[in-house]
Amino acid sequence: MKSMEELYALRDQARASIGIRADNSTNTRIVVGMATCGIAAGARPVLAAFTQEVARRQLPDITIAQTGCIGICQYEPVVEVYEPGKEKVTYVKMTAEKAAQIVANHLVNGNVMTEYTIGAVAGR
Amino acid sequence: MQELSLHLLDIAQNAIAANATQIQITAEVREEEDLLLLTVEDNGSGMEPEQAQKATDPFFTGRTTRKVGLGLPLLEMAAQQSGGGLSIHSRKGAGTRVQASFELSHIDRMPMGDIAGTVCALIQCNPTLDFVFTCRGDKGEFMLNTAEMRRVFEEIPLSHPQVILHIGNYIRQHTAQILTD
Repeated sequence: MKSMEELYALRDQARASIGIRADNSTNTRIVVGMATCGIAAGARPVLAAFTQEVARRQLPDITIAQTGCIGICQYEPVVEVYEPGKEKVTYVKMTAEKAAQIVANHLVNGNVMTEYTIGAVAGR
Repeated sequence: MQELSLHLLDIAQNAIAANATQIQITAEVREEEDLLLLTVEDNGSGMEPEQAQKATDPFFTGRTTRKVGLGLPLLEMAAQQSGGGLSIHSRKGAGTRVQASFELSHIDRMPMGDIAGTVCALIQCNPTLDFVFTCRGDKGEFMLNTAEMRRVFEEIPLSHPQVILHIGNYIRQHTAQILTD
């Protein structure tokens, strides 16, 4: 069956291109809000942008997950970043562009982008 | 929502919240009947008849963070505005099936949009759940079954970012012919 062959080909492609790591609890977690408010506000492209950047840079030990309504619908799309041993960072009014910047500045270089966090945005 | 695929992503969240372990998403085009059918079916906790009846009421919701639940009412509105409608079948302890129908050629029928993006978002963010995505039309049929994929992919996690990108392209290629908008 053609599609089964394609799946096997996909698998071989994936095997060749990635270093396999088991999903483990010491990963950095990027959690994207996926309630109706988040989806309507544009969460799916934000998720896709994180996936794209993490894949492109071949960053290891990162889990991308979703959550439901956090209760701050006016600030959606919302993304929470959990790094082991560090305080959670909540980014609000996210876009695909901000996602790419956050991967570079926060995840790679360790500089939280405070101007995109709820503390900065809610204070305005 | 601007795309029907975003409604599918949204309704699938209800299935996840209902502790489903398998979620089936189907997009079916029937050109002769001028019909587009979207279905989300799950094996989650299901609803009592009274809950199922109230489910499309925006002021009825199972969640506690807010007093409104807009997913189903918005989908119903989108369907009705396109000459279609919404049906909900549910059985407590067994699961729920939500089906939205649309007049395919209706001027107000919003585009399907990035269905691959929706399926990938679900697979990536819910690695322990099984998804079956079927896309069916006069031009052919495509099915993706994550349980089957896991057997093929063996030690490679489907939720790995690079793997998800490959899966996205795979879905896009296959659905492009069937869903032409």
